[in-house]
Amino acid sequence: MSGKHTLWNNVLFGLGLALMIAALYMVFLYVPTEKHSGIVQRIFYFHVPVAWVSFLAFFVTFIFSILYLWKRVMKWDAIAHASAEVGVIFTTLVLITGPIWAKPVWGIWWTWDARLTTSLVLWLTYVAYLLVRSYATEPARGARFGAVIGIVGFIDVPIVFMTVNLWRTQHPSAIVFEGGLASPMLATLLVSIAAFTVLYVLLTIQSANLKVMEADIGYLRSVPEE
Amino acid sequence: MSEKVPASSWAVEVQGLTKLFGNRHALRGIDLSVSRGECLVVFGPNGAGKTTLVKILSMLVKPSSGNVWLGGINIREKPAQIRRKISLVGHQTFLYHNLTVYENLKFYGKMYDVPNLEQRIKEVIAWVWLESRRYDRVGTLSRGLQQRASIARAVLHNPSILFLDEPEVGLDPQAVTAIRDILGNINAVGGAVVMTTHNLGQGLEFADSVVILNRGQIVYRASKQEINRESFPQVYDRCTETG
Amino acid sequence: MKVLARILVIFWKDILTELRTKEIVTLVLVFALLVVVIFNFAFGTRTGIEELVAPGILWVALTFGGVLGFNRVFVVEKENSCLEGLMLCPVDRSVIYWGKLVGSFTFMLAVAVVITPIFLVLFNLPLFLPRLALIIVLAALGFAAVGTLFSAIAINTRARDMMLPILFLPVVVPVIVAAVKATAPVLAGRPWGDVLTWLQIIIVFDVIYLVVATMVFEFVLEE
Repeated sequence: MSGKHTLWNNVLFGLGLALMIAALYMVFLYVPTEKHSGIVQRIFYFHVPVAWVSFLAFFVTFIFSILYLWKRVMKWDAIAHASAEVGVIFTTLVLITGPIWAKPVWGIWWTWDARLTTSLVLWLTYVAYLLVRSYATEPARGARFGAVIGIVGFIDVPIVFMTVNLWRTQHPSAIVFEGGLASPMLATLLVSIAAFTVLYVLLTIQSANLKVMEADIGYLRSVPEE
Repeated sequence: MSEKVPASSWAVEVQGLTKLFGNRHALRGIDLSVSRGECLVVFGPNGAGKTTLVKILSMLVKPSSGNVWLGGINIREKPAQIRRKISLVGHQTFLYHNLTVYENLKFYGKMYDVPNLEQRIKEVIAWVWLESRRYDRVGTLSRGLQQRASIARAVLHNPSILFLDEPEVGLDPQAVTAIRDILGNINAVGGAVVMTTHNLGQGLEFADSVVILNRGQIVYRASKQEINRESFPQVYDRCTETG
Repeated sequence: MKVLARILVIFWKDILTELRTKEIVTLVLVFALLVVVIFNFAFGTRTGIEELVAPGILWVALTFGGVLGFNRVFVVEKENSCLEGLMLCPVDRSVIYWGKLVGSFTFMLAVAVVITPIFLVLFNLPLFLPRLALIIVLAALGFAAVGTLFSAIAINTRARDMMLPILFLPVVVPVIVAAVKATAPVLAGRPWGDVLTWLQIIIVFDVIYLVVATMVFEFVLEE
């Protein structure tokens, strides 16, 4: 990695660390306890940012999948792949924090509401994306197939959301908040979102760089055998 | 028998062709030309890139960079028009096991818009001596007969450029004769042939010009006149030495 | 139109090959029927079953039957590299997709045509339900659009039979949900009402995926 690259990485790392510390402080110490749900409600400040990031991750995969199919730059495929991996991790967190929050507050582990269900379908789709890439007969094929799935899968997201929303209007849905967000809560939420977004960027860049290096190693290894 | 190829001095022209699979160079900076009426034979060891080259030339695989012109047209433009005039014979037959020889030919004939299809099918089946088996399912034919049927498929649409990937594999003597005739015919009316092979002797028999491919690059080229048949095997070994 | 003619040529070739083997259609029909019967034992008989459970049972049977069928769409092209044979032909890659799509769609309809009447009989439901036919046609189109595309991908992976359902099912969730929700009022003999909204969802899905798959298919085929 070039010097400029490392500098940029370090800046990002520092920023991420600062934001994460700020977020943790705000979530656990600064923001007042919500009157209805109690302490557990603080998970909200993790659940929402993580959900936002998971969608962002798959959007990035979508964009870079299109770019890769267009120009076939390997680095873009590495970013799409890395973003999907990080996205799956974050989506898993969404699916875990959701029930942890829901159970004490509403007494149910799971609700088939539009957001959670879409997250579940998203999770399944991108796990399939990762599986196809690792089960493809050659890495170059895996990249192409992945790009196709990255595009097709993402287009599904709004359709799933709409469909489940329609489905759910016939059932009562969980109420997230009464009234709007008070300003300390909003501030905490925003800081938390920023922190997790930077975390996502860091993880994705690291993972993408690793993939590029792995591909280079694979290439160097293959040369003497020809 | 075949129609004449329209004007264009090179039938196959390749410039700077490179193919990467991920990071791996399968082909690197390939330049070649094949004129109308000529047969180019490509020799090379396993893994040299011969099959990749043929697949790119027959437009099954896209190049990573570089240019290929077939019949004067760049393969990036007008792919359908070029595909009408080229053909591939390879290890695989491209035939459906559960359909008869006749049904397979009818299918490909329709996909290529071959005029007077019934008549043409009769012709090509006759060339490969498969009249008695025309209504048999391809899966019931022996390997040699299947390859003959594949050859019939390949020439059904009157290609001007024929690509052959190691055609000596799996061919019975009649199939070899059929190919020899077909190659002769194609060259006679101004078509071109590119063939890859392991078999030095047979390759030299067909070749008007020769190229040796090793590790994705051309390491030797010569025309027929420049080649000494006795010493060629040593030339080949020297060019394909690993090191 | 030449394009249409070629699509039909591919379709006809697939019909011929399938008729010769007969494997796939019989297997899937038997399987789907088994699903219907087994679910019936699992849920027992109750009043109101038409709305509660029967639509789900029908669509599970059709979905899984469909997946089995889509697995086979490109298998026939794998032998002898016939898919490459098709790619040599002077046709747009999307024509190959549409040729296979017509086959997959027809296959799904064939399965539905056999399974649905049997299902209706087993659940003592009325047999003449043109609205159900409409739902099935639209949903089958959506399944086929996605199934054909993913089948071309799955066949080039190592766990090919497992790969297709894993890819396919999450993406067609909207179709399944909408189809089940649209089927319930139809089976209970209720008026159009909601059914139209659900059909709209399926239609939107179909259109979007037919367009996207057509554009994207060449990337699946070509290296």
